[in-house]
Amino acid sequence: MSPGFLAYAVAAFVFLCGLWGAATSRHLVHMVICVGVLQTSTYVLLLAIGQKAGGVAPVYYGVPHDLTAVDPVVQALMLTDVVVEATVVALLLALAVQAHKHAGTLDPDALPRLKG
Amino acid sequence: MRTFLITAGAAGLAALLVWGLSGLPPFGSYPGPYGEVLNSFAVGERKATDVVSAVNFDYRAFDTMGEEFILFISVAGAALLLRKVEEEEHDSQEESESEDRQPGRAAPPTSDAIRAFGVALVGLTVLFGLYMISHGQTTPGGGFQGGVILATAPLSVYLAAEARTFQRIAPHDLVEWSESIAAAAYVVLGLAAVVGGAEFLRNVTPLGEEEKMGSSGNIFWLNLGVGVEVAGGFVLLLSVFIREALERRLRRESK
Repeated sequence: MSPGFLAYAVAAFVFLCGLWGAATSRHLVHMVICVGVLQTSTYVLLLAIGQKAGGVAPVYYGVPHDLTAVDPVVQALMLTDVVVEATVVALLLALAVQAHKHAGTLDPDALPRLKG
Repeated sequence: MRTFLITAGAAGLAALLVWGLSGLPPFGSYPGPYGEVLNSFAVGERKATDVVSAVNFDYRAFDTMGEEFILFISVAGAALLLRKVEEEEHDSQEESESEDRQPGRAAPPTSDAIRAFGVALVGLTVLFGLYMISHGQTTPGGGFQGGVILATAPLSVYLAAEARTFQRIAPHDLVEWSESIAAAAYVVLGLAAVVGGAEFLRNVTPLGEEEKMGSSGNIFWLNLGVGVEVAGGFVLLLSVFIREALERRLRRESK
């Protein structure tokens, strides 16, 4: 089994863990964290895709500038991903606080139906 | 019916996953050409030894502006969501004794260990955050990472010291203003290039010497602005989440 398969398998595993947790969640805060876990799988996937055999990190501080480095574009994308996840989690938690104020519960099944 | 739906959904998901995973490039041989081009030119062109920062704040600086405003807007959204709650609940606030703890249980006083550790942590956190922001172009780091680290300094103060101290070091208006001004500075720096007749966000500041603080022109200045914006945004986010507890602590302290 190649190490490459392992990296992609970890991404798929983390994705499925987050999805399973969010689908079976009985608590809104737990659900938000599960969505966060689900999104971290994209970090593993992006970093695994950008890997180059024998490549170093794309940081040329104190090393020769002609070294082969892994792809910096997907790493930059991953950074964007982290920021987006932080903001999504913050907004979802604010919504969970709201839901608790209105319904007095954080159990998604016990929340009252939306009224127009 | 439920079982059928779950089975069908899981089968579909499994098929999609296998299909998607099998189409990925083999590990260790990504064929994308841009990374290679950037790796060989970014250091010479921009004096930035961290190519990831060069991508984020120069070659893809326009996208990062969008990213910065995603953060800005979601902080504003969270503040809006939680502010509304506070107004509605204002009457019942006095009688309900629930703080950031179980109702009916007395809040334990902050232990000396937390106080000492928290105070010791503040200086280190601020120093590390500033280092992270100012060296984003040379080594891994930058405005987003450093800003979040900076924002944890008021959090240690909140945990270790009085609520009044938290308000003194992070007054709401100052945080809000510096966040907004820093966000606007990104656009202004981008427009400075347009005024000079170049494209939006083209480098307009001196590039300096590589591996030195303040090098890489716009990359350094944008990181500085983003650092202030992110730190302000996260402190704001923190204070809207703990606002009720903070106000109750302030009332108790002033008694």
